[in-house]
Amino acid sequence: MSNQNLAVPELGAVEITGINRQAFILKGALAAGAVYGAGAVSPFVRQALGQEAMGDVDILNFALTLELLEADFYTRVGKEVKLSGDAKSLATEFGKAEEEHVDALSATIEQLGGKPVAEPEFTFPDAKDQESFLMLAQVLEDTGVSAYNGAAPAIESKEVLAAAGSIVQIEARHAAAIRLLIKENPAPDAFDKTLSEEKVLEAIKPFIKA
Amino acid sequence: MSAGEDRAAMAELAEDPASRKRFLKMVGGAGAAGAFAIFLAACGDDDEETSGSTSSTSDTTAKADKGDIEVVNYALTLEYLEAAFYQEVIDAGVIKDKTIGELATSIGENENEHVDALTALVKQLGGTPAAKPKTKFGPVIDGGPDKILETAATVENVGAAAYLGQAGNIKSKDVLAAALSIHTVEGRHAAALNTLVGRDITPDGNFAKPMDMKEVLAAVKPFIAS
Repeated sequence: MSNQNLAVPELGAVEITGINRQAFILKGALAAGAVYGAGAVSPFVRQALGQEAMGDVDILNFALTLELLEADFYTRVGKEVKLSGDAKSLATEFGKAEEEHVDALSATIEQLGGKPVAEPEFTFPDAKDQESFLMLAQVLEDTGVSAYNGAAPAIESKEVLAAAGSIVQIEARHAAAIRLLIKENPAPDAFDKTLSEEKVLEAIKPFIKA
Repeated sequence: MSAGEDRAAMAELAEDPASRKRFLKMVGGAGAAGAFAIFLAACGDDDEETSGSTSSTSDTTAKADKGDIEVVNYALTLEYLEAAFYQEVIDAGVIKDKTIGELATSIGENENEHVDALTALVKQLGGTPAAKPKTKFGPVIDGGPDKILETAATVENVGAAAYLGQAGNIKSKDVLAAALSIHTVEGRHAAALNTLVGRDITPDGNFAKPMDMKEVLAAVKPFIAS
């Protein structure tokens, strides 16, 4: 609405060369969908609250979809692109983490009487080598943080909120570690941006086989 | 869960004049005493979610909750502490490594923005922002770059855990969204610093653990001037 709600143009503009297409699309989604501001709390709040109709099970299934995507990316694609050194050890460690998140979210959904989403078939054609893999990893983790932060205020149950909080901090830590490895600022903004579910789903569409 | 522990910590502070005095010393100054009074008042009305107050939980335009003001002031106190630390580190000029220096500067700028945002948020909620605590980082800075980085890592991990520990206590969705967007930034700082000092990126395992107020105050106590 106001100028505080402007997207972050520099995010979409930077590094078009040297960045792979999928990472670029995701970055674009982050730029278009995210708002933040120092001292201006309400713009990102409005963003975060733009999705109130979801129940806790829906939110958990949304999170589960993202964790499935990340787990597949690290474990399957991480092997395919033949990583080495720190990239290899981080991908192995983070792949295990995402799998634990998948298990925990699935169990929580079942506890609440819901049905965990079936795992989609993912595709990451742009992750061809270590460099493009790490770039995509960074954007996936940043998107994960924004997705959780966007969805969490709508969570009704305190237990579910606590679980989401304990997972999103891990996503943020992954994002920072990957960023450090590729020599980017681990915490480029004082406030992590939020993304609505709609924007996130739109952004990850290219990774889901029809 | 952690709400209960925090309440127990608050109750202890309320009942035990010695620990109240310690707390006041820790957060320092008259402004903090005022904030502390609100703190206690908030515990009083807020003990359990009584039937009258629950309706406001899902109302995004709910009027400011005293408990929320206290949580934000608690966060503000921690952010003041972090901001002061990075400022002292930079002023001392002891970090010679360019990359680490830039990281410390960038993190310090984040913390300053958090201070500004939380101060504005407390005012927006109709509260009085907590006073800046008097800090004591001299021994850390005298310890040199390694000691500084170790301490920074510790403080950031505590900060992230502190935010996580309060998420369930926040009533307003606006305040919750703000806290979450800072929480993950503290997590990022912690991970970056952990990497630099050779600690685990995720020291709690793959699910981050919260800390309640009592644990946090004990952890930061060495850095508060008495």
